[in-house]
Amino acid sequence: MNISLSELQPNEEAVVLELPKEEQIANRLREMGLLPGTTIIFVRRAPLGDPIEIRLRGYSLSLRQNEAASILVKRTQA
Amino acid sequence: MHPEKDVKCYAVVGNPNCGKTTLFNALTGLRQKVGNYPGVTVEKKSGQFIGQHGEKIELLDLPGSYSLNSHAPDECVTRDVLLGLRSDTPRPDRILCVIDASHLERNLYFITQVLELGLPTIIALNMIDLAKAQGIAIDVLKLSEELDVPVIACQANHRETLLSLKLALSRAEITRSSWAQKLPSPWMRAIDGVSAIWAHAGEKTSQRDPLVRMKSLLLLASPDAEIESLSKEMKAGSALGIALAQRSMLDRELPLWREALVSARYDRITELCQAAQGKSSIAGDAMTHHLDEILTHPFWGWFGFLGIMGLMFISIFVVAAYPMSWIETTFGFLGNCVREIMPQGDLRDLISDGIIAGIGGVVTFLPQILVLFFFIGLLEDTGYMARAAFLMDRVMSKVGLHGKSFIPLLSSYACAIPGIMATRTIENAKDRLVTILVAPLMSCSARLPVYALMIAALFPKGTVSIWIQGAIMMGLYLFGTVTALGFAWLFKKTILHGETPVFLMELPPYRIPALKHVLLQMIQRARIFLKRAGTVILGISVILWFLVSFPKNPSSHVRNSNTSPQVAITSVKSDKATQLEYSYAGHFGHWIEPVIAPLGFDWKIGIGLVAAQAAREVFISTLAIIYHVESDEENPSSLSTTLIHETHPDGTLVYTPLTCLSILVFFVLSMQCISTLAVVRRETNSLRWPLFQFFYMTGAAYLASLLVYQGGKLFGLM
Repeated sequence: MNISLSELQPNEEAVVLELPKEEQIANRLREMGLLPGTTIIFVRRAPLGDPIEIRLRGYSLSLRQNEAASILVKRTQA
Repeated sequence: MHPEKDVKCYAVVGNPNCGKTTLFNALTGLRQKVGNYPGVTVEKKSGQFIGQHGEKIELLDLPGSYSLNSHAPDECVTRDVLLGLRSDTPRPDRILCVIDASHLERNLYFITQVLELGLPTIIALNMIDLAKAQGIAIDVLKLSEELDVPVIACQANHRETLLSLKLALSRAEITRSSWAQKLPSPWMRAIDGVSAIWAHAGEKTSQRDPLVRMKSLLLLASPDAEIESLSKEMKAGSALGIALAQRSMLDRELPLWREALVSARYDRITELCQAAQGKSSIAGDAMTHHLDEILTHPFWGWFGFLGIMGLMFISIFVVAAYPMSWIETTFGFLGNCVREIMPQGDLRDLISDGIIAGIGGVVTFLPQILVLFFFIGLLEDTGYMARAAFLMDRVMSKVGLHGKSFIPLLSSYACAIPGIMATRTIENAKDRLVTILVAPLMSCSARLPVYALMIAALFPKGTVSIWIQGAIMMGLYLFGTVTALGFAWLFKKTILHGETPVFLMELPPYRIPALKHVLLQMIQRARIFLKRAGTVILGISVILWFLVSFPKNPSSHVRNSNTSPQVAITSVKSDKATQLEYSYAGHFGHWIEPVIAPLGFDWKIGIGLVAAQAAREVFISTLAIIYHVESDEENPSSLSTTLIHETHPDGTLVYTPLTCLSILVFFVLSMQCISTLAVVRRETNSLRWPLFQFFYMTGAAYLASLLVYQGGKLFGLM
């Protein structure tokens, strides 16, 4: 089932399907290694609910709900 | 950069958080120069060390970067220096790439871009110990073979590995990597097309030149909105036009061309990593994970955050107090020595009251700056700084800012200048400007001595505990911070409204800080501060001494008819007060008194405020000169004692609690630092913004002090 990255729960693993439409945001995400096909783990939300922390390619990246909501992912395993 | 022709010069590059600067410090120690790249406020750091054969080797520490195709101002500097597009910095002959061994995959993205530039390159595989501890075993030989350049495993705190790195850097010849990223054929054609233009334009460059090809690639890949950040040379002539034409070709033939560019590189890196370190796990350092469970916990996270910030302030207040009193005593002693040794006259007064008192007033709060930068260094080195931004981003986004603005604002607690310089990590121009505009509202260390003095005057010795004084101090910091956020919100809503840009921030693993590195950075900050103190502030102190000493009162022992009888009761003090009133400064103080009287300030405070417009800390040295604190033999160092007993002509106290509070509020809000204004002018490249900043802050300070003083009087306080 395809959902947005922001709908993931802590410790869930997923594969990226689609990046946001805005070129600047998509470019930055790609440069940081977040590409369609990349496996990510949703780590946690910040104490105030935003931003969120994910792991990919062996490092931790934080991004806002806003951007996460327009990244399409697919859960791999619970 | 090239003092001698044969000096080898390396540009040091790498991702942020890869330990690049720590390694740079470990290699060069204190043989460093810190300056600025002209036109941008990106710090330019270079250093030297002695190579294996006794020769000098230069290192240029370029700002940490994630990609050559990125557009934050500091990353642009790195890109432009590497491409040879900065006229102030010659293109380096060699490159030292620093890789964090525990984050090989992400680091290699930028590093392979750099390899493609075709310069002689050495790779330092840094933090090899941390990688090992995480169970990452890297086949260094394999990596070196694949990347086609020497790879040296090292750790900044380990002498032997540093030695082998120095040995490698001393080599006479270093190979150029043959690494070239294969791209889908439409991409290759597009690069050929753009490169041909430069090959024709330049005399010696060929279309195959790796530098030309990288420039073409970057011109093609740059998002439309960011083309502006590319250097002029890259868009010169028909290059930009051809690039746009090639882009529409790519649009037709390879619809996902932008994605293809990045994924081709990452695909190859993934392969390489599998060959060199086996299949890597996505999970990271377990220790970091456990620590973050606590430090970013919805409850304990805030507990930790407030604890750390609280500890920082208490340390500044309590720990720094000891060396401060030593410095005060020393300068007091020096002033007295001069007064005893030298014959009476203007020169003696200039040295003892102008120069020594002026320098003393500045150097006294060096301990506070050292403690603060020690903490900031620790926060950065341990990785907590990024967590602070992670915790605070929601709050910052409420006022329309970025979690990344938190770090410049936090740095502004030490000094708005490094804080404003730290805004270069904010990509969005409007956010950056808003952060710059409000940064000086964060209470900087130059305000600290004023706060300390006024709190001391507010509570004469022994009446309240040091903890309550600390709490009031923290309250002042909080007041400044809340005001800064309020103004940020206002500016984002009105004059600088715009979308909140994409927030992407790496959360580096927690690390044990390298004490040497933290201390080195602390010393560097102190040096920069003292340089400023030695020039601007000393200059102002001398000018001030002149303003308070001249013109000479012709009849210093004859009672001046303008002076009310109470002032000139007895003692030498009345002479000095008369002289002050007679001086240029006194005239000016009197002249502005009607304006500042509603705030509870008298003309002497007025002189202090005027002098403090140049730099806040000057307020203290001015008061010291005005009240001739040094000449008070019994207690040479205690300015606050003098202030407490200071009276108006009618015998009432000048420094009533309400006046002290009003002064405190004024100092929290007002813009009183020429150096900051100069930096803002350079940073925003306009006169408009520093002027705006000066007027909005000073205006707010005036109104707030007015409210405090008049409101307080209304409620019967004094």
